[in-house]
Amino acid sequence: MSELPKARVATTSLAGCFGCHMAILDMDERLIDLMSHVEIDRSPLTDIKRFTRRCDIGIIEGGCCNEENVHVLQDFRKNCDVLIGIGQCAIMGGLPAMRNAIMHSDEPLRECLEEAYITGRNIRNKTHNVPNDPALPLLLDQVYPCSQVVKMDVQIPGCAPEGDLIYDTLAKLLAGRFRGFEPDRVRFD
Amino acid sequence: MSAAAPVDLGEVAAISARYGDDAGRMLDILRDTQEAFRWISPEAMGLIAERTGLSRVAVDGVASFYAFLSRHPKGRITIRLCDDIVDRFAGLEAVTRTFEEELGIRVGETSADGAVSLETTPCIGLCDQAPAAMINDVVVTRLDAKRVREIVHGLKAGLSPEDLISERFADLSPYERATHMVDNNIRHAGQVLLGPVPEDAGLKAALDLRPGQIIDTLEASGLRGCGGAGFPTGRKWRFAAEAQGDRRFVMCNADEGEPGTFKDRVLLTERPDLVIEGMTIAARAVGAAEGIIYLRGEYAYLQPLIEETLARRRADGRLGKAILGVEGFDFDIRLQMGAGAYICGEEGAMISSCEGLPGEPKTRPPYPVTHGYLGCPTIVDNVETLCHAARILDKGSAWFHAIGEAGSHGTKLFSVSGDCLNPGVYELPYGLKLSELLEMVGGEGAAAVLVGGPSGTMVARDTFDRRLTFDDLATGGAVVVFGPERNILEIVEYYISFFVHESCGYCTPCRVGNVFLQRAIAKFRAGLANPEDIDYLRDLSSTIIETSRCGLGMTSPNPILSTLENFPLVYSAMVKPSGDGLRATFDIQSAIDDARKLAHRRSHIFDRDFTQ
Ligand SMILES: Cc1cc2nc3c(=O)[nH]c(=O)nc-3n(C[C@H](O)[C@H](O)[C@H](O)COP(=O)(O)O)c2cc1C
Ligand code: SF4
Ligand code: SF4
Repeated sequence: MSELPKARVATTSLAGCFGCHMAILDMDERLIDLMSHVEIDRSPLTDIKRFTRRCDIGIIEGGCCNEENVHVLQDFRKNCDVLIGIGQCAIMGGLPAMRNAIMHSDEPLRECLEEAYITGRNIRNKTHNVPNDPALPLLLDQVYPCSQVVKMDVQIPGCAPEGDLIYDTLAKLLAGRFRGFEPDRVRFD
Repeated sequence: MSAAAPVDLGEVAAISARYGDDAGRMLDILRDTQEAFRWISPEAMGLIAERTGLSRVAVDGVASFYAFLSRHPKGRITIRLCDDIVDRFAGLEAVTRTFEEELGIRVGETSADGAVSLETTPCIGLCDQAPAAMINDVVVTRLDAKRVREIVHGLKAGLSPEDLISERFADLSPYERATHMVDNNIRHAGQVLLGPVPEDAGLKAALDLRPGQIIDTLEASGLRGCGGAGFPTGRKWRFAAEAQGDRRFVMCNADEGEPGTFKDRVLLTERPDLVIEGMTIAARAVGAAEGIIYLRGEYAYLQPLIEETLARRRADGRLGKAILGVEGFDFDIRLQMGAGAYICGEEGAMISSCEGLPGEPKTRPPYPVTHGYLGCPTIVDNVETLCHAARILDKGSAWFHAIGEAGSHGTKLFSVSGDCLNPGVYELPYGLKLSELLEMVGGEGAAAVLVGGPSGTMVARDTFDRRLTFDDLATGGAVVVFGPERNILEIVEYYISFFVHESCGYCTPCRVGNVFLQRAIAKFRAGLANPEDIDYLRDLSSTIIETSRCGLGMTSPNPILSTLENFPLVYSAMVKPSGDGLRATFDIQSAIDDARKLAHRRSHIFDRDFTQ
């Protein structure tokens, strides 16, 4: 593999908690070996904010809760050959998608924001307003799993996924040998 | 809620007392309360909870489970339009529109004076005379705009639903009432059930046998259950006879909810004695003293006929103590009315329903034959199966075994509806080719035939030579014919929605998975599907099938799976690969619209004309 040009990888965290990025670090010393085969482009790890070139692999943490998430995800789809969703937030919407459960209301988004910023029991918000700075991206009506917004090629389950599983998947993908997961690796515990 | 009749709690108490304040009879208590006041008010629920010793939420759990029970006031007359796919194709839309116009309310609403509610309901078992509707317990068939106007004008002029059927309704016998409302449409009478049947010959023969010999006879006949699962009836009875228990029960499954099935309706109308004879023989065979007929709420118009038959048989010693003079052979039957829940046709759910619980299936094993109604050994058999059993006892197992073919003995009632000249009930030996049946019914032009209802198989023209047997095209009786002008995906979407509506909600894969299937099919219909959505349909279907608790979830993806297999072009014609990998189904504009309104600003990413 060493003669081959390095694979280019980009990562991003959308509506996630960065736990999945931490899990990438759980590959421990194997990271060193991996880094001899990959080069990291756009990513919070490198603080590169825009794609410098087309990438082989894009790793997405988190689902889409606002318009900026959608924009970034679409950008990743356009600039990466293989998109990997990592963690339950990317795959299913995860914890942020709890707000999708507000269904009995005619205005679920308003209800959600008011409870979060104004009426909730433990709120200490002296302004009594929902934040509305023009720089804030608009929220989506629901939290969407990535696969509803763009085509995802691989999804690595877990919250966060084990470092071993992430390493295995990446190593196999880089070697062109990824054929899906062994059923016993895909479990929730 | 202003137009609601005041709820007389004294009367609620009287209803509850009528059932001994027994929590096990909760469905009856709530049904009667619903009938008396057209809803089950919070106060009524509280009182019933108190009297039966249940918690208020437990009562609420039952009341909210059944479609025919309502927790807000309904009109004195409730019109329920049968919203089956066959009715849709037969002109339901015009019928609905006319009802809405004439009544001045929309489906789902109750008129301001509290007189009428208009609703839709899944298949009410009248596909052979669609479009059909229920008006309270009365059914009306073959509706068109003209008939709808007559009905509404009649009701507005103060006629009762019964008056709409006949001016001398009160003078008619229960049988005449039923046949005034509904045609039997018996198109072909076979030699077992719909031909001449001597009265109680099977029961008399059974009383000359020991119980074990009755079961031997059934086992030798090869009879298999007609409700859909096809379990050997003799074996079921033997299990129940051998199970430990102080009480045993015989239940007749007259819930007939599979869309497109209506043969039990005809048997209950034409052969009510034979059904009860079959139950009585079953009681003798397994040692049961108590029986229940579970009649779907949609067939309430048959209730008087069945009650009359039961009363007559009690009066002349064919039910009750020492039946036909046989000392020690005591057996009686109660009629349990359902309340609009397809899932109650599943035997475990039916038992739950009879126990006064929400109609949820039970975890299997244990099976009803050992732990059924009230935990006692119970056999649950379909109406048709019980009729066959009575005939086998009369004519002998060899006679029955010789009809049909290996593995599928005897005759079967097929309920044929849809795009054919002669919809109705056909009694035919097992083993016929589907094409032969289509010829008989005048459905040769069919493009697709759904055999066995939505949980069965959608068959395409090139395989109409498949055969109607347990080993090939198994069916509880439904055969729905679709002409070439019908849209297969529309049919599939309808049936998946049916399962979404009827899932009891206990298992997540069934409750949620079917909603996902419904959305996926909508995506295909809208032309927004990608090739990988076909794999998604398959994957999700197998998850639902593997992880659901009862037969509903285990078969609910069948409309999709069988059309994927037999009509692959219908799907492939609708998919478009997406070149850029962006999902056409995701609409950013509608996704941010709520936020745009709340924030009073536009999107600097997605609004092209954005200026600050
Ligand atoms: C969702 C569901 C609905 C069913 N509906 C009916 C029904 O309406 N009538 C019926 O006889 N069996 C129905 N069954 C089958 C019953 O569970 C049971 O197998 C049958 O009543 C047994 O009687 P048999 O052996 O005489 O067929 C249904 C099963 C499922 C899973
Ligand atoms: S999947 Fe878990 S670890 Fe990953 S972003 Fe979501 S919450 Fe965090
Ligand atoms: S499979 Fe569906 S209908 Fe059956 S028990 Fe589960 S949720 Fe209820």
